[in-house]
Amino acid sequence: MQVQTSIAETSTESGASKSPVKLHSRGLNLFYGQKQALKSISLDMYQHKVTALIGPSGCGKSTFLRTLNRMNDLIEGVRIEGEVCVDNVDIYKKKIDEVMLRKKVGMIFQKSNPFPKTIYDNIAYGPRIHGISDKKKLEEIVETSLKRGALWEEVKDELNKSALSLSGGQQQRLCIARALAVEPEVLLMDEPASALDPIATAKIEELIYELKSSYTIVIVTHNMQQAARVSDFTAFFYMGQLIETSSTERIFTSPTEKQTEDYVTGRFG
Amino acid sequence: MTRKALQGKLVLTLTAGCAFACVAMVVWIVSTIVIGGHRALTWSFLFHPPTEGMTEGGIFPAIVGTFFLVVIMSIVGVPFGTVTAIYLTEYVNRTSKLAKAVRFAVNTLAGIPAIVFGLFGLGFFVQFVGGGFDRISNGGVLKWGQPNILWAALTMALLTLPVVIISVEEALRQVPRDLREAALALGATKWETIRTVVLPNSVGGILTGAILAVSRGAGEVAPILFVGAAYFLPDLPNQLTDQFMELGYHIFIMSTQSTNVEETMPIQYATTLVLLILTFTLNFSAIWLRWRMRKGRIVV
Repeated sequence: MQVQTSIAETSTESGASKSPVKLHSRGLNLFYGQKQALKSISLDMYQHKVTALIGPSGCGKSTFLRTLNRMNDLIEGVRIEGEVCVDNVDIYKKKIDEVMLRKKVGMIFQKSNPFPKTIYDNIAYGPRIHGISDKKKLEEIVETSLKRGALWEEVKDELNKSALSLSGGQQQRLCIARALAVEPEVLLMDEPASALDPIATAKIEELIYELKSSYTIVIVTHNMQQAARVSDFTAFFYMGQLIETSSTERIFTSPTEKQTEDYVTGRFG
Repeated sequence: MTRKALQGKLVLTLTAGCAFACVAMVVWIVSTIVIGGHRALTWSFLFHPPTEGMTEGGIFPAIVGTFFLVVIMSIVGVPFGTVTAIYLTEYVNRTSKLAKAVRFAVNTLAGIPAIVFGLFGLGFFVQFVGGGFDRISNGGVLKWGQPNILWAALTMALLTLPVVIISVEEALRQVPRDLREAALALGATKWETIRTVVLPNSVGGILTGAILAVSRGAGEVAPILFVGAAYFLPDLPNQLTDQFMELGYHIFIMSTQSTNVEETMPIQYATTLVLLILTFTLNFSAIWLRWRMRKGRIVV
């Protein structure tokens, strides 16, 4: 694995120049039909770090997140210009297998979406799709994933219960465990705790902190306190543009752009 | 009473009257049939063939014939309709020309009169396909180029295709989008998503479509008039090239062409009653299935 020096225009704190860039975009433009939703986004996301995408509603942060694992392909009329790279490989090149991409770059959605199957079958779904059928191996994967997703203790005796019988917070942790079961390298989280109560939210944030040592995480959040708590780097989006990106500490204490300052101090958004 | 109040009462009476009339008609029809036929409805009626020139005996062959017709029709029609519905819902852009063309074809198919299907069945299945097959493989010996249960079942499958397609489509659309996204985000291909997430959750809808198709298939007589149904056969059908007796067709012939209409009256009523019970049971089970689905009972 090559070590990439940062090629982002904005300077970042010391940790960044030692971490390789896991994902990056260059001059990314995205159009929904005629409407341009993303304008020339160039952003580096570092390995084993948490990058938070913040900004007011409709600024394009979720849209940007979805370009990172090509989930926007599912929407009709979407057009992409520019470069989006994972491990320095442009994922929008024709010959890229989006199935393998999505195995490497997993996604957790705003509203948890467990399958109407048992807890076991939810976690085993990903590995089975990717060819693992050995029962013992699957059991191992289910246990490991649920442990990594901080859910094992709560459900270990009830793996055959329906996933829908879990609470909202547990379902979201189930979705995280399910994503972990396919052994991704990157986790994309689209406002993962916005539908949860404060206690469940705290558990998710704790989990993110534990996970980042093994995975690269990009998280969209409209909750600035959460971004400040959880992330190493923050990128501020506004009206489809990337206004500023820096280490989280810098963004929240001494941002460069006035718009950023206005947003993080709550003057708008 | 003021004029407005009078008008109000008039409208209420008219609308209630119409609704009541509908119910009354159904009650009258059903009770006439039940009264006329219940006495003849015995176990031996259901399990024995007709005797004495249709004036005595039972309708067992007609029940068997109807059963085989409907089974073959479903084996062909339900998978075909399901696959078409999957294509329309999952693979085709809703606003594309292709989607519009297929949808137009399905709607047109739904509007074609049943007798026209019968003519199509005769011309296409019996004469063109069957006759052609005979010319090519049997050296002209007439084996497939005649009315039989296979051609009749295929004709009925075509007739009930729109029903299956529309029911399955409705079921597929009810599977929430975020379940599909979850599967795709884990690295499933489109087909894997359909196979492992969408279809298992649509089984109820597919069953509903199948039941409605069967109900229609058991009741329509026009398409099978000259494509395979026969009035009296000494044996039960046991090959695809055999003709068959059928409940609806039996009623039609008995009431219009039998030698002694008076004597066969109770049998006619009883046969109609059997057909009615069959159709009602099927329709009610489709409604019940839909109701269970709507209540949110998740099918895994």
